[in-house]
Amino acid sequence: MMQDRISPALSVPSAAPPTGLASRRDVLKASAAAGGLLLSFSLPGLAKAAAMAQAPEGGTALTAYVRIAPDDTVTILSKNPEIGQGIKTMLPMLIAEELDVDWSQVRTEQAPLDPALYERQFAGGSMATPLNWEPMRKVGAAARQMLVAAARRGWDVPESECETASGRVRHLPSGRSLSYGALAAQAATLPVPDLDSVKLKDPRDFKIIGHSIPGVDSPLVVKGHPLFGIDTVVPGMLYAVFQKCPVFGGKVVDANLDVIRKLPGVRHAFVVKGGTALNGLLPGVAIVADSWWRAEKARGKLAVTWDEGATRQQSSAGFAREAAELGKKAPAHRLRDDGNVAAALKGAARVVEAAYAYPFLAHAALEPMNCTAHVRGDKVEIWAPTQNPEPGRTLVAQTLGLDEKNITVHMTRCGGGFGRRLANDYMVEAAWVAKVAGAPVKLVWNRTDDLQHDFYRPAGWHFLKGGLDAEGRLVAWQQHFVSFGENGNFASSAGLASDAYPAGRVPNLSYGASLMQLGVPTGPLRAPGDNALAFVFQSFIDELAHAAGKDPLKFQLELLGQSELLPGRGAGFDTGRARAVLEKVREVSGWGTRSLPARTGLGVAFYYSHLGYFAEVVEASAAADGQVTVHKVWAVGDIGSQIINPTAALNMVQGGILDGLGAALNQKITIEKGRVVEANFDGFAPLRMSQAAPVEVHFLTTNHPPTGLGEPPLPPSIPALCNALFAATGRRIRELPIDSALLKT
Amino acid sequence: MRYTLKVNGRTHAVDVDSDTPLLWVLRDSLDLKGTKFGCGAALCGACTIHLDGAPVRSCVVPIAAVGKSAVTTIEGIGSTPIGARLQKAWLAVDVVQCGYCQAGQIMSAAALLARNKAPDDADIVAAMDGNLCRCATYMRIRDAIKQAAKDEFGSAAAQKKA
Ligand code: FES
Ligand code: FES
Repeated sequence: MMQDRISPALSVPSAAPPTGLASRRDVLKASAAAGGLLLSFSLPGLAKAAAMAQAPEGGTALTAYVRIAPDDTVTILSKNPEIGQGIKTMLPMLIAEELDVDWSQVRTEQAPLDPALYERQFAGGSMATPLNWEPMRKVGAAARQMLVAAARRGWDVPESECETASGRVRHLPSGRSLSYGALAAQAATLPVPDLDSVKLKDPRDFKIIGHSIPGVDSPLVVKGHPLFGIDTVVPGMLYAVFQKCPVFGGKVVDANLDVIRKLPGVRHAFVVKGGTALNGLLPGVAIVADSWWRAEKARGKLAVTWDEGATRQQSSAGFAREAAELGKKAPAHRLRDDGNVAAALKGAARVVEAAYAYPFLAHAALEPMNCTAHVRGDKVEIWAPTQNPEPGRTLVAQTLGLDEKNITVHMTRCGGGFGRRLANDYMVEAAWVAKVAGAPVKLVWNRTDDLQHDFYRPAGWHFLKGGLDAEGRLVAWQQHFVSFGENGNFASSAGLASDAYPAGRVPNLSYGASLMQLGVPTGPLRAPGDNALAFVFQSFIDELAHAAGKDPLKFQLELLGQSELLPGRGAGFDTGRARAVLEKVREVSGWGTRSLPARTGLGVAFYYSHLGYFAEVVEASAAADGQVTVHKVWAVGDIGSQIINPTAALNMVQGGILDGLGAALNQKITIEKGRVVEANFDGFAPLRMSQAAPVEVHFLTTNHPPTGLGEPPLPPSIPALCNALFAATGRRIRELPIDSALLKT
Repeated sequence: MRYTLKVNGRTHAVDVDSDTPLLWVLRDSLDLKGTKFGCGAALCGACTIHLDGAPVRSCVVPIAAVGKSAVTTIEGIGSTPIGARLQKAWLAVDVVQCGYCQAGQIMSAAALLARNKAPDDADIVAAMDGNLCRCATYMRIRDAIKQAAKDEFGSAAAQKKA
């Protein structure tokens, strides 16, 4: 029996150094009693407040998160890296709310990497909201309580007579008041209250949470200030490029280093032996020059003899052939068997059979991978746009044979992440090259490096049979997933959970998998697993609805059935929440009530992903030549009781949905002879403005703890589009990206 | 080779290879980091700057081809009325996600508004389709451009009244 593993949203590719990510999941404890997710946490940063207060910068530090200056400016630190998800605004909003200050007083600052103070510091899995919703508010409330304590001691009055608002403590009976700036020094000498004892506001009293706060760094972004990793400047810095074998895992046999070293501006050219772990330091040739352009130009003259290794036998076309063969056989691994699928299919009034497939995908964050490193003796300083600095530091320590304690990582703003920067391969490359060069070095990848050395969303093939009874009810579901992996373990992000919906709602259901060996590195891409599986599940359910002669949305509601908590991520999959978003999207999209032009259709899909529920309707058409136009998307999300920052939430939902549509319309990574074919944005095309449809977003507010938004909006967008194209043309898209030739009249 | 460059109204002397793209001269010789590298092949627009007011992809313009043309970058566009209005609108609409593309977006938008005071959706797409936003902030980019355009009419109308 194969291990039933969902590829965790955050896992860095397999064989990663210890990442501490498992402990992240340990932190999450589901509580049925509370009907949702309870978080247990400790905040060591608060205990160290006294130590921090000794060395204040820009004011007095009450805790590791909050500094207050005499002029009442409040500096709030954001512990996680900013990748465009708006975390540097959102986490401080939570603290500021309970601290009871005005947002206009607040400055926010990126916290340094220091897990001893801040625990795990990462951007991934849409986890920042569920993990921090309560802890960060308690951080704010604790600091507020210290300020109140300082004031009431000075006045010698009971705490019950004091109130706070807009950064001041007021003594109600006397009307006296003091600003936080005046109280901070005194407050910092007081003990930090026990977090379990601090009181949180009634959400009805929120003044910051739930109000739109524009991105804190945006005023600098629009003026072109140097905020990103690639903008780092270190005095005396040199610039590097690093050429790896185009075939994954290939080794350097020989290189024309003598030629390269003589080229203008080149200071160093050397072979890096590297290792075999695809997420570590790989073999390659480093060229270090006095400008990046000169290093890059020198690379044009580089001639390397590679030992390409076994992966050169692999190709996308070969995998597709092998998958088709495997699909004819029984799955090598059984993931789930409910009822008797074979008998149910035999007895079904109608059987639908289909094969679905999707390609490898790259992340293509707009800021290419880069990192600046300075190695001095046994000390290393690193400036990196990374989603996951802690494992990066561990990787650098292990590879360079240094103590982690001697490695400082500065987290810069990231020009996009999408999961790519959870791996820190570029960080260890920069550190190694800087060490050999004996100078600070900025390593910058070009776009070809980025597209050809990614941790790809794995391709996959699904062979499905569905059976309907005489009333058009779904009674049998058989699914054989041909994926990648070894020894009964799925490759990173290549898994299928045994409890994936519609499991639990079809009496006879089997999931099985067969695995192919893969030499290409894979990893999490925005909504890992779900970004592919939603396409398969939600398209095939739509096929079955049409086969049953039923309205697809109605069919979906019938299949979801009564409100119930099914096994699944977090507290489980709540069919009632899924129903509610579907019903709402039916209403807001005018589903079934509008007449549409010829070759135009509506498609619907929903998904439960990363603790959030999204249902989406896409209106799309296909021209006579098959050209697809998306006219509009309606999205309804349920991520719990509170949208923390509405402007950012809306932006994130729109971006996530358009990201999904871009992948469905445009994108694939092709492997040939063990290497990636696509080399720039002409071959691998992110969505452009001309393809960007308006996305109308609605949120349902429900009595569940707030959860994240980076990922859940994406998965349903792809099947909703494909289902719309079926409604428009009668042609079923079973392979991504969408081939417009299939939609021609 | 030595070159004299006029960037954002100031004259700079640089000594670089003649094939060095203007992008890297701006970023690494002049330390103007606002202009971004995304593809190096005129495919993404992150490196968009103005040469004598015309939007160009600085990653494919060798320094030797710049000649006497005036270079404007994101660091300088805010001192033009259109640039200032766009930056203001960008913040009011809260366009930015990761922000990496936005300098290029604003530069393309500024060139658009300079020749078309009231662009419609099709004009905006035509002018902006070469600028990728991997975070897909396109709806807000469109809105911000329209808002900046409206602002101009607003201020023009106000001036007329006064
Ligand atoms: S970097 Fe110049 S267009 Fe992409
Ligand atoms: S805001 Fe991230 S690329 Fe546009």
